[in-house]
Amino acid sequence: MSSLEASGSTPALVIDSATGVDVHLRVAGPGARAAAFVLDWVIRLILAMSWYVIAAAIYNRRLDIRAPLVPSARWFVAVLVPSAAIYFLYHYVLEIAMRGRTPGKRMVGVRIVARSGSTPSVGALLARNVFRLIDSFPFAYTVGLISTLLTRDQVRIGDLAAGTFLVYESARAQLPALPVAGVANAAQAELVGELLQRWEQLAPEARRRLARRILDTAAPDSSRPEDEGALRGELERLMAAGTS
Amino acid sequence: MSEASREEALARALIQRAPLWRAASARLQRLAMGGAREVTDAVQAVEDYRLLARDLASARRLIPDSRTREYLEAAYAEAHTQVHRSASHPLYALWSLFRDQIPQVVRELRPYIAWVSVLFALCGLAGFALVHTYPELIALFASPDMIAGVERGELWTEGLLSIAPASVVSAQVFTNNIVVSLFAFCAGFLFGLGTFYIVALNGLMLGAVFAFTAQHDLAGRLFSFIVAHGCVEVSVMCLSGAAGAAVGEALIRPGAGGRSQSFQSAALRSGKLLCACVLLLIGCGLIEGYISPDPDFPLWTRLTVGVGYWLFMVALLKGWLFGKSRAPEPIPA
Repeated sequence: MSSLEASGSTPALVIDSATGVDVHLRVAGPGARAAAFVLDWVIRLILAMSWYVIAAAIYNRRLDIRAPLVPSARWFVAVLVPSAAIYFLYHYVLEIAMRGRTPGKRMVGVRIVARSGSTPSVGALLARNVFRLIDSFPFAYTVGLISTLLTRDQVRIGDLAAGTFLVYESARAQLPALPVAGVANAAQAELVGELLQRWEQLAPEARRRLARRILDTAAPDSSRPEDEGALRGELERLMAAGTS
Repeated sequence: MSEASREEALARALIQRAPLWRAASARLQRLAMGGAREVTDAVQAVEDYRLLARDLASARRLIPDSRTREYLEAAYAEAHTQVHRSASHPLYALWSLFRDQIPQVVRELRPYIAWVSVLFALCGLAGFALVHTYPELIALFASPDMIAGVERGELWTEGLLSIAPASVVSAQVFTNNIVVSLFAFCAGFLFGLGTFYIVALNGLMLGAVFAFTAQHDLAGRLFSFIVAHGCVEVSVMCLSGAAGAAVGEALIRPGAGGRSQSFQSAALRSGKLLCACVLLLIGCGLIEGYISPDPDFPLWTRLTVGVGYWLFMVALLKGWLFGKSRAPEPIPA
């Protein structure tokens, strides 16, 4: 069994599990869908055009991509058919091969799942893509866009037909190394771990300020060094105390 | 010990288990890449699933607004996907589709196939009668070049191979027919009206073109061109129309599960028939590219190919080509 619940502004697919602990998957909205589609469109266009240009140049035996004046079966089979197949069968093939993902979806961090949270069946993925004929009607996926805006589950007609959802890929979340012993509570442990993980990405002033504030809360009585390296060293000692 | 300090101690104990979660996630990712090869891999995945479930339940209560909980949610969702991943047997699935499932769908869709075929035939007769009575109406169904050619006593199908090679003609024809067939199915989403429009329009066009060519004594030549591929092509149009009509009826008269569930169930069930339709249309395209436009093939050969391919279609849809079907006969309502 599964149901849809609103979590903040994002609906979530809540799936019952045999363990008794529900699985929560955030449903992707029209923005994420559009971004993934545009990325996939660019990728398949580049792939199809690359094939066309390379195959045409090989066929013509020079850097010329013009079709022969007299239609030729070899040109058709070696140049046109593969590039058309790459363009039109991209979603059909890749969604099956990559278990509900495509390169564009992967970049945006979304994937297709069945109502049970598992990878959809091949039949469902094919049905989802066949209904692109309706979703893309009359131009630029207007029907699909309206459908995602109006439906509670933010799904297009193809998803309704296949019983699928586009959800955020949650595997991207990363857990920093967490200290335990030297900090006041679990939240502070997360702060130390996250600050050390993002140390290089932060501006020097910002990381010094954050490090001082965390260390002041963790050990209020100690004096604080001014040096950035020493501050980091203290944070790492907290970490070492927790993980040892 | 106060309640707050007890909860804090539990939270600290929980985050100390992070190395276990990382190890479980890494094992599950390896499993996702390569699948479970040994029973111990599968057992370990289930153990990891339980471990993550237990700790996620604690994290949701003790540290709800934390990165740790987010991480556990993600790892648990991934574990859920891996543990519930079905076994993959693509060849057996394909075999079963053609041997058991498609014949079952055809049996279920019999009334729809009959009604859509009647609609197609009636529209064909209507188109014939319309153009036979008012010849100027052919302009609604055919292009000016086509009309001018027929009026000169030439069929547009003659000399097709001098314009393009047979492979090109075949691919263009089957691509176009597959798109029309898929569209006839999908248009069932408009409560069946879209499907009926496509089937009726195709019937009208066929009837109208036959009436027009008959007026110029070209109907026999048109029949000779069409017969090899047309028997199956028209049948496939009716089959995909029937699948679309089933989708339309599921929306008009949904079952107990509601309109959405009914639509999904009909689309997935009757959509299986489209796999057979696509294969048959590729065959039609090859016949239309290599046999139909070639004047070297006499009418009896074309008739044999047309009827033979139609019988092949019947055998495919009945599942006879793949051994005895295991699907039971549907229980009459």
